[in-house]
Amino acid sequence: MESVSELLTEQEAAIYDRQIRIWGADAQRKLSKARILVVGITGVVAETCKNIVLAGIGSLVLMDDSPMTFEASAANFLVPFDELEGQGNSIATVCASSLRDFNPMVQVSVEEGGISSKPDEFYDRFDAVIMGRSSITLRTQVNEACRKRPHRVAFYSVDCRGTCGSLFVDLQRHSFTSKKAGDDKAAQQDISFPSLQEALNVPWSSFNKRTSKLLFALRIIDQFEVGVGRRPGQLSSQDLPDLISYRGKMCAIQKVPESFVPENLLQKLASVGGTELPPVCAIIGGILGQELIKAMSCKGEPLKNFFFFDASDGKGIIECVVPSQMNDH
Amino acid sequence: MGSEEERIAIEKEKVLMVGAGGIGCELLKTLVLTGFKHIHLIDMDTIEVSNLNRQFLFRKSHVGQSKAKVAREAVLKFRPGVDIVAHHGNVKNTEFDIDFFKQFSVVLNGLDNLEARRHVNRLCLAAGVPLVESGTTGYLGQVTVHIKGKTECYECQPKPAPKSYPVCTITSTPSKLIHCIVWAKELALAKLFGDKSQVSDLDVRTSVDGKSITSEVENDDVKFFELRSGESFQQFAARVFDRIFGYNIEIALQNEETWKARRQPDPLYLDKILPTQQEEEGSAAEENGNGVEIEQHPTVSAMATLGLKNPQKIWDVQENARVFLESIQLFFKRRSKDIGKLVFDKDDQLAVEFVTAAANLRAHSFGIPMQSLFEAKGMAGNIIHAIATTNACIAGLIVLEALKLLTNRTEQCRMTYCVEHPTRKMLLVPVEPAEPNPHCYVCSETPLVLEVNTVTATMRDVIEKVLKRKLGVDSPVIMQGSSLLYETGDDLEDDMAAHYASLLNKSLALYPTPITTGVVLTVEDYHQDFRCSLHVKHRETFDEETEPDGILVTGDIASVINAEQPTLPTKTPAADDEDLFNKEENGHGDDNKDDDDDLVMFTPETTAGTKRKLEEDENLLVEEKRLRIEEPPVMV
Ligand SMILES: [Zn+2]
Repeated sequence: MESVSELLTEQEAAIYDRQIRIWGADAQRKLSKARILVVGITGVVAETCKNIVLAGIGSLVLMDDSPMTFEASAANFLVPFDELEGQGNSIATVCASSLRDFNPMVQVSVEEGGISSKPDEFYDRFDAVIMGRSSITLRTQVNEACRKRPHRVAFYSVDCRGTCGSLFVDLQRHSFTSKKAGDDKAAQQDISFPSLQEALNVPWSSFNKRTSKLLFALRIIDQFEVGVGRRPGQLSSQDLPDLISYRGKMCAIQKVPESFVPENLLQKLASVGGTELPPVCAIIGGILGQELIKAMSCKGEPLKNFFFFDASDGKGIIECVVPSQMNDH
Repeated sequence: MGSEEERIAIEKEKVLMVGAGGIGCELLKTLVLTGFKHIHLIDMDTIEVSNLNRQFLFRKSHVGQSKAKVAREAVLKFRPGVDIVAHHGNVKNTEFDIDFFKQFSVVLNGLDNLEARRHVNRLCLAAGVPLVESGTTGYLGQVTVHIKGKTECYECQPKPAPKSYPVCTITSTPSKLIHCIVWAKELALAKLFGDKSQVSDLDVRTSVDGKSITSEVENDDVKFFELRSGESFQQFAARVFDRIFGYNIEIALQNEETWKARRQPDPLYLDKILPTQQEEEGSAAEENGNGVEIEQHPTVSAMATLGLKNPQKIWDVQENARVFLESIQLFFKRRSKDIGKLVFDKDDQLAVEFVTAAANLRAHSFGIPMQSLFEAKGMAGNIIHAIATTNACIAGLIVLEALKLLTNRTEQCRMTYCVEHPTRKMLLVPVEPAEPNPHCYVCSETPLVLEVNTVTATMRDVIEKVLKRKLGVDSPVIMQGSSLLYETGDDLEDDMAAHYASLLNKSLALYPTPITTGVVLTVEDYHQDFRCSLHVKHRETFDEETEPDGILVTGDIASVINAEQPTLPTKTPAADDEDLFNKEENGHGDDNKDDDDDLVMFTPETTAGTKRKLEEDENLLVEEKRLRIEEPPVMV
């Protein structure tokens, strides 16, 4: 608690003035202590990083050894034009330098190596992990590693493909204050989250008709990419027949009709492959940035636990996917 | 969406962005990443320290510089091939006229005030360019699409008063009392009596010759607003007065760029306002205070000790200065426990008194009419501020709508709300755009362009040569914003009739508010249930052969005639509109009034008898008008 009583510096107070008026100095102080790990820097991740760096998060460690390519930076404004010429720097190195420039008060550093090569203790250095595009296997692995640590390491995964964007949140157990409509005083609340694996295990037959179809379509894509050994996002319209056969298998296992996952949605996701649309990245990166701020400052009810956006219909939908035994609402 | 063909299509389009602030920075970045290659950007503001938490294209070293220009340079660093034209100026400037707007495929607003939004709405309607409008307050945001004739325009529905204000307007360039109230409450009160770790910006920040002096101001800032040892409360109050109303204004005046197109504020110094009374005023609190801390602090009142009784009365400058000094002293004498943690509360009498006096003094300095404590208290409502994440979402949504507009998918356009608490599981809620309001005075008729030499032409010329002859208006009522310029009728008071007659021969440019390029005149004829807007465009010379009148009205006149078919008004004004109508009618000459939340929708309240007569004469009337417009005007 001693950290909370520390005063913000004059500089912090000046720069964060507007947002402090929204979430308060206490939330700002908590935010400035938060340590975030970022794994895989796509366009939407760059957007998210910008948002939390501007907001004054404590520190950010970037992991992405992939070399700078034009393709990799298409939706990433953290990459200055001269870096596209191929100076041999990794994406993480280039982005870290831009982010430092956005807000010198935030510590931004680069961690080399792949995330799967890190020991579990590695996660003790962080309060939250953001995973960009990665296989479903890796996402569940990292999520499980976060869950094993002695202190809570929040887990977020995010991806944008064409008009679609998706977000997953696992805060494990989370306490927050929030104001309810009509109430003057903020009340303390507790909330618990399932792991990614637990959420994936929820049977499809338990969902209703209004559940976002993206939840299921993206699962099929995930399974397909892992099943045939594709790099995430490496698919095209030609893969549609295979995706339809994956749909058949998965719907059979889940005991739902194949029409549960519309073919045109699979077609759309197949044809865009891994392409990110910058406006979709901006939207999802905005939502994710806000969720991180809420969670790290323990202020405001967090999103639980999936979020889907499709620019085709413009809806941004929260899906609460929890095993029936832990449904606390 | 996102196909190669679309990308190529987008590359050719020219878009106009209005505003390079919170939404604007995000929007410019997203537009460029999306593949837009030709962007014009208008913003009149300069960069402030408190912008830096969300306007990510700006750095501390840019404080004091043009937002539009710095944003352009920042974006060119990561996409040098893009053609961005930065305009450091007010979108309401005459250079940004209808012809300027016509060069764009779409206009994207990232504005922060209602007046500019309304202005851009009208220009977009006049130029026939679709508009994507946006706004955020805190976690809330919305994006709307306005396509002339297809969806409602920005002004089809009355707008509630704005809830957030641009930072630089508050700290440097107030133009309304509410800006001064926000300054008094959020900055002055908080700085003197609030938690010092949470406030900033009390000093008017500026830069001289591009070199920021912010840091120097900041350094002595904290200490300056503390009571010095051996200093009396009265001396302290006087020192603060001279600093925030005098010295800081002088500093602000050094930034000439800021005041190019604005009225310069007058520095106020105590010895000029209360030359002899300083000492006695100070003693009032001493005597009344008796050095005793009174527990029920809300009853402590500077008005009471100064003998000011009526909260509805507007204090003069001297009274405001006295209340300002007295309230500061009373905080030290009677409310010392609150100092360092005071938070504004509209029920805290002394705080409201301080805020009213401080706001009024600042208003006086900037040439803004002052207000009573009663009014000021009502205005000191909650102010919500902008954050980066909402701005980022909103900018993304703006670009999505722009893409639909530019790739012939207008039927897919949506207005989208970004909400804090999910409704039906949604955080982003799309809604089909509404149809145009047939009674909207802004978009229901085709706006016309009035080309005229505003220096030589008079209102009589406009009425006779254009309104009567070209547009077939019989008894015109002419409005400029909410102020009435001309009306006719048997029931007109003699003195008003004389007033209008005296104005008739005045040249347009010499009107109290000059009628020149960019001004929109609203013309109505109650008898014909006709209304239209005339967008004035100054023009020096006319061809004697083809334009003998020396005055032209252009645009889609045919549709104006069609719209003008006499029909009975189908909508009776709602009670509020009616009140407003009456208020406006009785308020001749009061044209400085804030018209932000005015619904200037005039539905004629003619008697049933008049209407019936109109109906009977319908055929004749239409015939006559067609005859009058035989000579076709030059179309734009
Ligand atoms: Zn309208």
